[in-house]
Amino acid sequence: MNLRQRESLIFDRSVPGKVGMDLPKLDVPSPKDTRPAHLKRSGFDALPSCSEPEVIRHFTRLSLWNYGMDQGMYPLGSCTMKHNPRLNEKVAAIPGFAESHPMAPDELVQGNLAMLYTLQEWLKEITGLAGMTLQPSAGAAGELTGVLLIRAYHLSRGQHKKVFLIPDSAHGTNPATAAMAGYDVVDVASGPDGCVSFEDITDAASGKVKKGLLTVLGEHKGEIAGLMITNPNTLGIFEPRIDQICKLIHEADGLVYMDGANMNAMVGVARPGDFGIDVMHMNLHKTMSTPHGGGGPGAGPVGCVAKLEPFLPKPVVVRETTKVGEGEVPHHTYRWEWNRPQSIGKVHTFYGNFGILVRALTYCYSHGGDGLRNATLRAIVNANYIRHELMGHYHLPVTSPSLHEVVFNDAIQAKNDVHTLDIAKRLIDHGYHPPTIYFPMVVSGALMIEPTESEDKEELDAFIHAMKEIAREAQENPEILHQAPVLAPLRRLDETTAARKPVLRWTKQA
Amino acid sequence: MYPADLKYTKDHEWLKVAADGTAVVGITHYAQDALGDVVFVDMPEIGETYNHGDEFGTVESVKTVSELYMPTGCEVLETNGDLEAHPEFVNEDPYGKGWMIKIKLVGDLAGDLMDAAAYQKLVSAEAH
Repeated sequence: MNLRQRESLIFDRSVPGKVGMDLPKLDVPSPKDTRPAHLKRSGFDALPSCSEPEVIRHFTRLSLWNYGMDQGMYPLGSCTMKHNPRLNEKVAAIPGFAESHPMAPDELVQGNLAMLYTLQEWLKEITGLAGMTLQPSAGAAGELTGVLLIRAYHLSRGQHKKVFLIPDSAHGTNPATAAMAGYDVVDVASGPDGCVSFEDITDAASGKVKKGLLTVLGEHKGEIAGLMITNPNTLGIFEPRIDQICKLIHEADGLVYMDGANMNAMVGVARPGDFGIDVMHMNLHKTMSTPHGGGGPGAGPVGCVAKLEPFLPKPVVVRETTKVGEGEVPHHTYRWEWNRPQSIGKVHTFYGNFGILVRALTYCYSHGGDGLRNATLRAIVNANYIRHELMGHYHLPVTSPSLHEVVFNDAIQAKNDVHTLDIAKRLIDHGYHPPTIYFPMVVSGALMIEPTESEDKEELDAFIHAMKEIAREAQENPEILHQAPVLAPLRRLDETTAARKPVLRWTKQA
Repeated sequence: MYPADLKYTKDHEWLKVAADGTAVVGITHYAQDALGDVVFVDMPEIGETYNHGDEFGTVESVKTVSELYMPTGCEVLETNGDLEAHPEFVNEDPYGKGWMIKIKLVGDLAGDLMDAAAYQKLVSAEAH
């Protein structure tokens, strides 16, 4: 093994006495150690003793094992791993943004408040909703914020609703969110087209009956707080009857929450507010190109219809325009409004992940309305190009039209005992991050591919070629797929033992 | 693979009813095979009561997380504590060491439970 494939833990590299810094001898009396015994660590010697070059090399080598958007396509379905434009970083680094203090008085940070206000206006326009908060730190935080808005709204009218409806094609966080907010979750079936079914669905093989929307609406009359829907859903399919779904929920005195994780398929083309959505979040780290995963914190702004605005997290940034004479440029001043008696409270320290919000606004300005729409169309074309090229090589379990992502499965390869996990691992050998696998759960052995608009045709063709190669190997040489990855620094990892007996803390081997 | 002395559900739980009105519940061979390596089983509280079809826990594998549904109305008497350290028992011995809960039956036994032959028919249909 060469150096690139071998890297011990930094603790194991430690040699007592080795230092990265030569500090002068202590020439004042050493302070007394007054720590109570129960606060002192035991069974742990110290931080590792290493030299500076050793530390730098260790972490640099580990970073080479990483895989990110800057190295290649990252088709992780539902995650929208798109390019992070460097302009975003440049703007976020402007000292007025990067170095101002969150507790600075309003009059000293007018530019920052204007930035937040302007981003809210962009997002209101994109979603077609009247109110917006930028506080939630990511999608799940946005979901909880949104469902708490719905709960506060019902309670303000003296209504104690118990039930949240969630289609079985929803993101896994949706039922968790509704449960966290204190609601009972009731499943709604999806039909063979992958979309919410109004009627009950009977599985032909097992005879199992799953309840459709009309049935659950009838069974829970008066109890329904709302419905959480992911649109486009986790199969990358736009709910064709979304307007009717919203209407039925509204008639049942419920509100509709939309998980906007897949907003990259809609920006500039369809506005959730226009088809009846009451509350939704957007993931700026997906749709608005801010760094994702280990690359930085997220942001999950929540938009809502006017009747939910009083409940939004506080403080809320407001703009006041000084009257000016004719022909003069109007003068705006911005301030934080804290007097919000019906607010659900704060959901993040200060005003959300500010630096991320700067990046998102930069993305909006640099694209403009037409550019945002083009990005959406391009993302959809890319997913459909992959769908078209891989059809026949991989099984497409649901054939409804795809938007920004496409879900295949391993039905063809399984005949040769090659499964989704093997296909994903083999993609690593081809230099790609694997797609999302075994999700959504409504598809057995799912391979969920989302290329985003960042890839050009050449890159897509290379990925398609790799996928076809793997399909060919599955027929001709399935054994290589069982062994994959063979070219990565580490081979097939033992995920079972890692999950069953996780080692979460380093301990010194005797 | 599907012992004749057990009753089965459409959701792939099995139920072994004893003469004293108690029963043991687990998941079937088909379920453990479809899930893959089980890494965690989330168990109900002892003393909790459930209706037929209620979710009583989850089983987590390397691939997915699945809900567990009560085969019949009951009160939970005991849970299999060994599964915390040895979730692999569910894969290795689903009808033995991989049992999940012991229950006291409440009311009539659910009407939709299947015998081994009917369950065998269901899983061979689902596999295609």
